[in-house]
Amino acid sequence: MSLLNYTLRIGDSSLILAQRLAEWCTNGPTLEEDIALTNISLDLFGQANGFLEYAATLDGVKTADDFAFKRNENQYYNFLITEIENGHFGDTIIRQFLFSAYLYLFFQKLATSKDEVLSALAAKSLKEIKYHLKHCSSWVIRLGDGTNESNEKIQSSINKIWEYTGELFELDQIEKDLVKKEIAVNREALKFEWDQIINTTLNQAKLMRPKDQVMKTGGSKGIHTKHLELLLKEMQFIPRKYPDAKW
Amino acid sequence: MQNGEIEHIWKLLNSVPDPEIPVISIVELGVVREIKKTDNYINILITPTYSGCPAVKTFTDDIKECLKMNGFSNFKIKLTYDPPWTTDWMSSQTKQKLLDYGISPPSNQTVCPQCKSTNSILVSEFGATACKSLYKCKDCLEPFEHFKCI
Repeated sequence: MSLLNYTLRIGDSSLILAQRLAEWCTNGPTLEEDIALTNISLDLFGQANGFLEYAATLDGVKTADDFAFKRNENQYYNFLITEIENGHFGDTIIRQFLFSAYLYLFFQKLATSKDEVLSALAAKSLKEIKYHLKHCSSWVIRLGDGTNESNEKIQSSINKIWEYTGELFELDQIEKDLVKKEIAVNREALKFEWDQIINTTLNQAKLMRPKDQVMKTGGSKGIHTKHLELLLKEMQFIPRKYPDAKW
Repeated sequence: MQNGEIEHIWKLLNSVPDPEIPVISIVELGVVREIKKTDNYINILITPTYSGCPAVKTFTDDIKECLKMNGFSNFKIKLTYDPPWTTDWMSSQTKQKLLDYGISPPSNQTVCPQCKSTNSILVSEFGATACKSLYKCKDCLEPFEHFKCI
């Protein structure tokens, strides 16, 4: 049961962020960025599908689609950073940068999990995340070390989103038990390397690292921001309204 | 006899084109990983290029159609993620086919498919499909797609 919960946590974060990024489709600042953000979204949808398919196997009754389309917000376990609104392009880039740096380290460790399915999905996802991180880092540097206006805007993006990063490194009992079994990743231990990635890029981008403050938390318990409900309403609309609809 | 049958199926699948780059087959792309026969069932193991590759559904349907047309009915297609797909699985002949078709093949060095120049500039890290990025040749100025190395 705890393995199912753990698998959903991983899949949910990818799924919700994928849905958020899909909102950029036809709204990107340039054609290339429109394609970039939606390609990243597509990778994350694919990754989410792998984890939710595994969750369905573990559950034995529900399908991956049931997990995606028939859960309410309090049954979703994604990190809060993945559900916050896109804001402007700089906000989206900062969110993607902070989260990709985390996922990059997370999947590296999960690839050595004793659970063979999780480790295979992680190794696969890692290849894609590396590319996302590279893309977002270059944008952070371009915008941070750009004009005064772009620097100010993206500095305020990072100041605003920072409070959602604490949760990435918090463990609860479910995860601690799975860490002992060498199935789950000890996310607390990823913080040091994450700090290094973030600090190096922010220095290069001439941006200030925000001071750690009171961090927002709750995703893994199903306690979310007001934004998730609206996102799910849109994502789940057709399967909820027309349960037998076929694609 | 059994080995001959497996070999025959590999040949058949080698005639199924990639839905997005029809000049190479799904076998050449490295998507078909294994063909085995157990208990009268032919088990075909396939792997996606990218996690979210929308062509996976098409691969599966095309394999089914190809096998049915050739008289096979007892087969199962299974998806695997391990080992993760890599462009290293493409042979040099496959890479040449890509170049002839107008796509710079996976390598750290981009090659302009028009004038073969290696002097190019990245236009976009993401292209029309998940597996490609967009470059522009600095010599002949033509834009071209490059197959990303993963």
